[in-house]
Amino acid sequence: MGFGRQVVIAGVYEHPTRWAPEKTQYRIHAESARGALADAGLGIGDVDGYFTSGVSQMGILSLADYLNLQPRFLDSTSIGGSSFVAHVTHAAAAIGAGLCEVALITYGSTAASERFAVGTGGGFGGDPPDQFEAAYGPTVVGAYALAAQRHMHAYGTTSEQLAQVAVTTRRHAGLNPAAKFRDPIAVDDVLASRIVSAPLHLLDCCIISDGGGAIVVTTAERARDLRRPPVYVLGGAEACCHTGAGHRDLTDMAASQSGPRAMSMAGVGHATVDMCMIYDSFTITVVMTLEALGFCGRGEGGAFVSEGRIGLGGALPINTDGGGLSSNHPGMRGIFLVIEAVKQLRGECGVRQVPDCRIALCHGTGGTLGLRHSGATLVLGRG
Amino acid sequence: MAETKASGKPVPRVDEESKGYWEACARHELYVQRCRDCGTVRYYPRALCPTCLAADPEWVLSSGRGTVYTYTVTYQNLAPGFRESVPYVLAYVELEEGVRLLTNIVDCAPDAVRIGMPVEVTFDDLTADTSIPKFRPVS
Repeated sequence: MGFGRQVVIAGVYEHPTRWAPEKTQYRIHAESARGALADAGLGIGDVDGYFTSGVSQMGILSLADYLNLQPRFLDSTSIGGSSFVAHVTHAAAAIGAGLCEVALITYGSTAASERFAVGTGGGFGGDPPDQFEAAYGPTVVGAYALAAQRHMHAYGTTSEQLAQVAVTTRRHAGLNPAAKFRDPIAVDDVLASRIVSAPLHLLDCCIISDGGGAIVVTTAERARDLRRPPVYVLGGAEACCHTGAGHRDLTDMAASQSGPRAMSMAGVGHATVDMCMIYDSFTITVVMTLEALGFCGRGEGGAFVSEGRIGLGGALPINTDGGGLSSNHPGMRGIFLVIEAVKQLRGECGVRQVPDCRIALCHGTGGTLGLRHSGATLVLGRG
Repeated sequence: MAETKASGKPVPRVDEESKGYWEACARHELYVQRCRDCGTVRYYPRALCPTCLAADPEWVLSSGRGTVYTYTVTYQNLAPGFRESVPYVLAYVELEEGVRLLTNIVDCAPDAVRIGMPVEVTFDDLTADTSIPKFRPVS
């Protein structure tokens, strides 16, 4: 099983900005597109498939207009921060089916400079469940905290264990000159930071930054004479998890469905994964995702992240760029998971390079863990 | 989208599928739906059974009793109406009828809430004709 053709990521670009009050969201999309196309050695005129999210309902049309694109395939799947991980799978499927050949995925946001309260504001829409939820004051942080509290109750997971994720990620950010927060932190710093929504402290939460990025996906054939070594899209899958008409187990997440599907499609087992990029909206998201993906048993995630495994030099380094907890989080982080994984597979990460990185797994969680969320898993390999 | 009452807190926007539920809440009665075909109890109320897609559910009066399935004490919410209400307890309560619903735990110190704690329904009258179910520890 595969995409019908060998599909590769030929170019990536992470916009270096973390604070861009002088730029519009669209300009960040365009600068990111320019960066990823230059990385691939392609021009804007080569693009015939376009993917984006995080814009208004029909924002993909406005962005295609802004970039003067004439795509023959468009997709603005909007399933939260994981959308851009799903876009890679969708692009691979479209390319495999011959619906397009050079797919461009872009993201841009000025969440920080526009002072969006990403995690602690309102922002609920008009969908049917809203009338049964909004009056109780569920913030994004609160909706993840509900899952964290249940996980702690069911498995004895501790705040100290969750803090290990933030501490490890910050250490990685110290190795990334572009990361927003680079000074080391200790477990005690996380525990001493104010509680936003119990049991989650401020340092259990991702940061808010500006930023953007772009990815170019094409066929292995087309990539043969391009600038960069291709990174193969080996497997991709998605899933969603919601309130289940009142019967949901809050310690489960969509990753437990999408992870095995993507790994099976790629034909890789856990032992062959060299590094993971896990959406770290909150520390609990990482612990539960590692369990759901099967890197450890259900309930073992707290111990798993506390024994040095997830840091550089450990058995399964994660979020080597510093993650959303320390590097950047402009509201939707999925695209950065893919960009960092590609750089690791190409061996371009310098002091934070995972040695001999051959297989990388990205998992994006979008929406809110305690209400409705999506999971998108992507398995990438170097040639 | 919810409308906004004077306090700034959102008031549920009732639709044709939820009308019966909210009318009962206004009388301080909590109902859940049960499928007449497959028997599955569901929350929130909706027109078709998400298990078998049958229409015309039975409305079942809830005992109003349950236990705290999980909770969080929210210390920061910048949204109007909630900014002034922190800290408050957001929770899922598992009703005796077997379904879990999002709610607030009230009438107790936020720090006193625990998973598994027995609770009972109490209604918060948001407006003259809209009340929402919240829960308090069983006395």
